Amino acid sequence: MATATLAPAESVGVASTPPPPVLQAQSVFKQFPGVLALDQVDFELRAGEVHVLFGENGAGKSTLIQILAGVHRPTAGSLHFRGEAVELQGVHHARTLGISAVFQEFSLVPTLTIEENLFLGAELTEYGFLDKSELHRRADDILKRLGFPLRPRQRVQDLTRAEQQMVEIAKAFRTDLSALILDEPTASLTDREAQRLFAMIEQAKSRGVGIVYVTHRMGEIRRIGDRVTVLRDGKRVATLGVAEADDERLLQLMTGRVISQVFPKIDYRPGRLLLEISHLTTADHAVKDFSLAVRAGEVVGLAGLVGSGKSDVGRACFGLQRIVSGRVVFDGRDVAGASSRKMLDLGAFYLPPDRREEGLVMMRSVRENISLPWLGARPFTRFGFVNRAGERSKVRDVAERLNLQPRNPEHDPERLSGGNQQKVLLAKGLVSPVKFFILDEPTVGVDVGTRVAIYGFIRELCEAGAGILLISSDLPEILHLTNRTYVMYRGELRAELAGEQITQDRVLANFFERAQV
Amino acid sequence: MTEQISDGAPSLTLLLQRLFVRIGVLPFLLVGALIVFTALSARFLTGENLITVARQATYLAIVAMGQMLALLTGGFDLSVGKIVAITSVVTALTMAPLAAAHHATALTLTLGILAGVGAGTLVGVVNGIGVAIFNVSPFMMTLGTATISFGIALTLTSGVPVYGIPDAFGTVFSFARIFDIPSPVYVTAGLYVAMYVLLNWTRMGRYFYAVGGNLKASRLSGINTQFYLFMAYVLCGALAAVAGALLTARLETGEANIGASMPLDSIAACVIGGVSLRGGVGRVGNVVLGAIFIGLIQNGMDLAQIQSYLQEVVIGVLLILAVIADQLRQFVMLRLKD
Repeated sequence: MATATLAPAESVGVASTPPPPVLQAQSVFKQFPGVLALDQVDFELRAGEVHVLFGENGAGKSTLIQILAGVHRPTAGSLHFRGEAVELQGVHHARTLGISAVFQEFSLVPTLTIEENLFLGAELTEYGFLDKSELHRRADDILKRLGFPLRPRQRVQDLTRAEQQMVEIAKAFRTDLSALILDEPTASLTDREAQRLFAMIEQAKSRGVGIVYVTHRMGEIRRIGDRVTVLRDGKRVATLGVAEADDERLLQLMTGRVISQVFPKIDYRPGRLLLEISHLTTADHAVKDFSLAVRAGEVVGLAGLVGSGKSDVGRACFGLQRIVSGRVVFDGRDVAGASSRKMLDLGAFYLPPDRREEGLVMMRSVRENISLPWLGARPFTRFGFVNRAGERSKVRDVAERLNLQPRNPEHDPERLSGGNQQKVLLAKGLVSPVKFFILDEPTVGVDVGTRVAIYGFIRELCEAGAGILLISSDLPEILHLTNRTYVMYRGELRAELAGEQITQDRVLANFFERAQV
Repeated sequence: MTEQISDGAPSLTLLLQRLFVRIGVLPFLLVGALIVFTALSARFLTGENLITVARQATYLAIVAMGQMLALLTGGFDLSVGKIVAITSVVTALTMAPLAAAHHATALTLTLGILAGVGAGTLVGVVNGIGVAIFNVSPFMMTLGTATISFGIALTLTSGVPVYGIPDAFGTVFSFARIFDIPSPVYVTAGLYVAMYVLLNWTRMGRYFYAVGGNLKASRLSGINTQFYLFMAYVLCGALAAVAGALLTARLETGEANIGASMPLDSIAACVIGGVSLRGGVGRVGNVVLGAIFIGLIQNGMDLAQIQSYLQEVVIGVLLILAVIADQLRQFVMLRLKD
């Protein structure tokens, strides 16, 4: 590759002593008011390695990378950069040393172009005026070097999320890069985009850049990782080579539990037909001629890549996507094109995939959120007025049942952890008799503890006779929780698998184009 | 700066910070205003003057309660001033000929009020249709209807005040006193109670908050979001119209030129009262207090003989300070939460 000239100097250093790690944290503590976020954590990043940080939400991953990137300063402990103690004064200081982080929230100005963003705060000038041609040349240079298919004069707001992430990464490469910190970079990427990201990471590795990679996804660890450090409750539990890190081991380290404790055994008793979709096509053709059936007492999976149309099926059932042809029959009634209200009244509940975007009213209390879909009915309304006492007791019951933390339902969801926010969202479907649930990515961005709780509820609901349509990108979820699974590809039904047929290979094989199988 | 908080027992600053986060900036402003104006004028802190303040603040309080509904749903209403104006004009134009024809006074007043409030509410209906059905931004929609209303009001009156309103209108709806308290204050109190019940004890109230807090989540919860957006503007228009009718009773003429400062003042009252400009948050009691605060400031400055042009400056500065204080509050809240 043309970039070979940029190979690190350390790798050809004195043979007897190994080069010092690029970045090292020694017994770092971080105390936030009321929380010890990091408790004597050691962490070491070598040149040319991908070091994965793994752990539940709240385990301390974010705090650790924020310290490494100069956002926070440790309460105690020390940081070393290439063997020398450093005190990072801020993100900018870290950047000048060649330590850059790409967090989940991008720091890009959407209305500016890529090149303007790349050099934001470090504009090139000539006689006090912007040197636009030089800026363009250099931006182009960086993008070419990284192999990103972007044009410097594209506006950032016109880019996909993956492309925006590339811009963030390119920004890190503007100066000489030693350590790159990536915070769940594939969280919202499609599979193809993720592949492109991995290729870029390989490239950076070969140039001697050390990469800290935060992820929830175990598949990615083996795909690109060299070493894994597992955090739990602010402590470092273990650091191991990728070869030793199988799923079971990682789950166990992260949670202190074994995998059979994560996925419950569900006793399926398929009964009467609840939802029957036949030859459904939506107006935007996200779903084409698709058919599916869900019975009471079973968990039916709907799998596929992002953009395969699996989400759109759920949305179409809930009046959120316009249907042009096909039938949707719920509980014996034709409900094609019915509104959300109608579906709720018939006893169906839809859990949207993005709780912040569509799920919760963040600034209103947990109580108000939970009762929102059902305010018109008892016990929430009496004599035409909201029955606040009835509401409070009902919500308190559900909060208890879900083990919501904190228990007080008067808090705003904004102040809860991601896992508890997800529980609130689920609670909206538990305060009223609902016989059919559409759960779209019910465990996205939640910690394993909440995951286990949510799976427990899926089991409980199913065994109590509810029908569940589980739309998920999380393969283990599909494999371990469903008794039948449909796989979609580009809006069409690709396969229907049942029972023993639901294996990783068979599901995955239907994710992609036939040619690849 | 986090270190400050983490060590030692809770200090006085911390207690003040907590108080600030809990109750917001308004109580501090109210206490501050009371102290300053009591010091500036001996006539300020008297029963009679406070009653005057209450009466002066009623019109703004009513408009602000309506404005609050628009703000709760994530919009605002710039047409409230012109709704006041068109209500005034239509009320007067309906009453004057009826009174001249010697119809019964009760009938004249009833028809006049109905016509005026109806006309004002109609503007709210148009706003609601534009915002909820046609998705016009509240800024453009209400700015547009404000101009239209003003134009109609001027056309109807040729720009001159409308006389001929029966004296009884002013007597009953402005100057009458029960237990020494002027009648408009009772109307305001009644509307406050109605609004309190609406916002806290009815589905519609709950839905206003929800729709403004997260439109998509509300829709998914089966709420007819268009209807509630529409209703917010209708009720806002209706409340502004009631204020317009009361103001007409006080002035005893129909005027196309009143209410010009209402949009800004009502938004200011809401913001000072802690209503979020992003929607979903706010308490009606604090909005009324916000309106009273603005009334207090204007009255206090009158007594302290600060000229009215300068008063505008003070109100503007206070509004901006209140918004800054609210930002500060968010910041302190986050820091305390950490």
